Amino acid sequence: MLNSLLSIITFIPLLGAVILALFLRGDDEAAQRNAKWLALIATTATFLVSIFLYTGFDPANTGFQFVEEREWILGFQYKMGVDGISILFVLLTTFLMPLVIASCWDVKHRVKDYMIAFLLLETLMIGVFCALDLILFYLFFEAGLIPMFLIIGIWGGANRIYASFKFFLYTLLGSVLMLIAMIGMYVDAGTTDIPSLLTHNFASENFELLGIQVVGGMQTLMWLAFFASFAVKMPMWPVHTWLPDAHVQAPTAGSVVLAAILLKMGGYGFLRFSLPMFPVGSEVLGSFVLWISAIAIVYTSLVALAQSDMKKLIAYSSVAHMGYVTMGIFAVNQQGIDGAIFQMISHGFISGALFLCVGVIYDRMHTREIDAYGGLVNKMPAYALIFMLFTMANVGLPGTSGFIGEFLVLMGVFQVNTWVAMIATTGVILSAAYALWLYRRVVMGDLIKESLKSITDMTGRERAIFAPLVVMTILLGVYPSLVTDIIGPSVGALITNYDTALLDSGLATSVAGN
Amino acid sequence: MIQADLNAVLPEVILAVYAMIALLAGVYTGKDKTAPLILWVTAGLFVVLAGVIGFGGGGVQEAFGGAFIDDAFSRFAKVTILLSAAAILVLSQDFMARHGLLRFEYPLLVALSVVGMMMMVSAGDLMALYMGLELQSLSLYVVAALRRDSVKSTEAGLKYFVLGALSSGMLLYGASLVYGYAGTTLFSGITAAAEGGVGLGLLFGLVFVVAGMAFKVSAAPFHMWTPDVYEGSPTPITAFFATAPKVAAMGLFARVVHDAFGGAVSDWTQIVAFLSVVSMFLGAVAAIGQRDIKRLMAYSSIAHMGFALMGLAAGTAEGVQAMLVYMAIYVVMNIGTFAFILSMEKDGHAVTDIDALQNYSKHHPGRALAMLVLMFSLAGIPPMLGFFGKYYVLQAAVDGGMAWLAVAGVVASVIGAFYYLRIIYYMYFGEERDALDGSMPMVGWALLMGCAAIMVLGVVNLFGIEAPALAAAQALVN
Repeated sequence: MLNSLLSIITFIPLLGAVILALFLRGDDEAAQRNAKWLALIATTATFLVSIFLYTGFDPANTGFQFVEEREWILGFQYKMGVDGISILFVLLTTFLMPLVIASCWDVKHRVKDYMIAFLLLETLMIGVFCALDLILFYLFFEAGLIPMFLIIGIWGGANRIYASFKFFLYTLLGSVLMLIAMIGMYVDAGTTDIPSLLTHNFASENFELLGIQVVGGMQTLMWLAFFASFAVKMPMWPVHTWLPDAHVQAPTAGSVVLAAILLKMGGYGFLRFSLPMFPVGSEVLGSFVLWISAIAIVYTSLVALAQSDMKKLIAYSSVAHMGYVTMGIFAVNQQGIDGAIFQMISHGFISGALFLCVGVIYDRMHTREIDAYGGLVNKMPAYALIFMLFTMANVGLPGTSGFIGEFLVLMGVFQVNTWVAMIATTGVILSAAYALWLYRRVVMGDLIKESLKSITDMTGRERAIFAPLVVMTILLGVYPSLVTDIIGPSVGALITNYDTALLDSGLATSVAGN
Repeated sequence: MIQADLNAVLPEVILAVYAMIALLAGVYTGKDKTAPLILWVTAGLFVVLAGVIGFGGGGVQEAFGGAFIDDAFSRFAKVTILLSAAAILVLSQDFMARHGLLRFEYPLLVALSVVGMMMMVSAGDLMALYMGLELQSLSLYVVAALRRDSVKSTEAGLKYFVLGALSSGMLLYGASLVYGYAGTTLFSGITAAAEGGVGLGLLFGLVFVVAGMAFKVSAAPFHMWTPDVYEGSPTPITAFFATAPKVAAMGLFARVVHDAFGGAVSDWTQIVAFLSVVSMFLGAVAAIGQRDIKRLMAYSSIAHMGFALMGLAAGTAEGVQAMLVYMAIYVVMNIGTFAFILSMEKDGHAVTDIDALQNYSKHHPGRALAMLVLMFSLAGIPPMLGFFGKYYVLQAAVDGGMAWLAVAGVVASVIGAFYYLRIIYYMYFGEERDALDGSMPMVGWALLMGCAAIMVLGVVNLFGIEAPALAAAQALVN
């Protein structure tokens, strides 16, 4: 039973989707209710089973745990497993999905299909974090585009077609280059097994390509191919432009999944592939990533200031926060990477909650324009309180989880590149500016708009959705070792291997000399 | 001697004799009352022959002094050809009957062209090659123009005939050069003559032969006939063009370059790589502007042939294996897609404008879902089987030292994904519109759903197609 725990967690949602697709007929009130309940039960069951994962996990062991392995086609394997880096992403996904399902309780259009899409998406997302075979990883990674494309396209806003195509083609172009690099890795190493690839040394001798000297050789090229995919997924400036469109047009639940989980795949990919497999490539281009991240933080924060659409504002704020993540990862020290993972987990709760906050008032007023609101605190005190909490968490107020992640990252980066850390720190101030200003315009002041006079406060269902998110945000803020204890040893091992590999390749000295 | 020879070609002989007897029977019974019967019998015979060939003895048999080769490669291709032709035949019955096209010649012409195709993939001699090719082509010219009273259909037939004759001419010219410089038409003899370097004359011949075959697989820049013929022919015939003849032509292509010029791999991989990259990009870019789903499928098939050629361009056994797997998957996707296209009707008239698919999923959720799966599969998105086909050829290309070709291929596939997505977009996100009301016969529905199911379930183990494809490739490349 425990041997195939990961498969069980991964495929419970798929099972739910298949049952829905095959056995639920009709589109009347009762069928819709059944679809929603079934989806909720499936996602909750997934979460409950995943608790076993948490209790059975041994943080001191830096290898992969819960490993299961089967033969598959073409010499690939069906191999699943988690280590300290991936387990929290699995838990984040299983934790958030029941809330996501509950948040779309009022959807009326094609409810059954909607639920199927989310259940499929959950299977694919968990699969990405558990897969221990390159091609299996790619399969889950890429297949996630299909349900998300449909979620944006079918249930999205007015400009959904443009957004869904942009989302799909943008991310597809990024990932196919990664596919080529994966094939190259297979040809070079003769295996697609991720644990074996982690210890394989890919060639890093410089060579010339089209007359350009490639420092770090194959490693740099493969690193770039993976970077193309993960940078788009993350998304990093300047390839972030699909994200605001996708977020604005996606339905609330779609935005939550996108911001809270899908974006984390990029960060996870950097940690699982780019750093450990191509250390030379990472070292050669690491400072480039640091600078891009710093630019991203400042630039997207400024862009966020100028937005008039709430979702777009939060979307740009997400890009800025992901800038901290990439920065922390490529600082390659314990604080930096710990902070990056912490930031991703905490951003999962905070951004998810912020999009839900927008969803709450969007469901009532059917507009996301900031100007259409003002003075909501008079009619919606509970909403004002919750929105304030997550705004503060987004700013990185001490006591919330947002603070820990940013602080650790900045500390890690400061040791590597002081200038980048300094520039990035201004992002903290800018995030306070746009987030608090948004809060003031939407919630504070007098309620003068005629249309808002009859607005009602949050229902019991909505409060119930926010409650777990509030608990997690504050809990992680005051007791961060809940996360760092789990990730610490694995991150430590990652960094040790990274440094050893660099020493072996002889690049460490030359870079340190710079 | 003769006995052994005949044993090797027994399936072809049976099929050819059957076609002639059935032709006589059809003529004597008069009119087309027997047409449905003949159609089903022909399809049944295809399936039986596929079973006999597929489960029959292994090994290599050469007949008629090496002009005819029966090996694992030809058996794999023949089974694919026979099964896809059988599927298309039963699929077409309803459509042909309703449009008054169900004449008894139709299944027999298909049977004769299938004989030609089987001949092509077994050819071990330039003469045998040409014989198979022409038998196939002549039958296809006629079926393209089957709808005699339609200008478009006759135009399609004529265009196909004129350009086909041109390509046959090129191929023959090349063959004559090869014969002149190698002194033999036998593939084994050509290999011997090419040992120690291909001379200029032989190279010239090779280029012309390759150009002729590129026409048959509709690889760019020899693709011009494809959209017009696809559009003009009756839809079931288009479906037929898109499947079995493509497999046969790719099989022939592989046969010639590996069997006859296997010693000169570096001489032809560049040409094949060029054909591949041009086809992929042309197929991807030119289809973006298409509104007619049949023309769209024509460009789609050009792009797919580009991918199949990528496997061939690798010049290795893995490449041939990848090409065979790719073709098998491609054929299944196309049968499913055409089963759907055949049902696109409104008020009894066939509709081919993709705009008519607006909001299709609302009225026919099951069919729309199957089509969604097929489109994602054609676009090569995992976990659909189409992805594994692409993966196979990409890996063969990278392995064969053609990483640039693989990169070009994936870029083209992203461009191409756009038009597959657009069909999904019409069906799922389109605006409210009068729906298509075409009914779907049981056979069509079963094929559509079956092909879609294969695309999804194939992820488990590819239906065990790997091993036979590998055996086939190793039989060809040694």
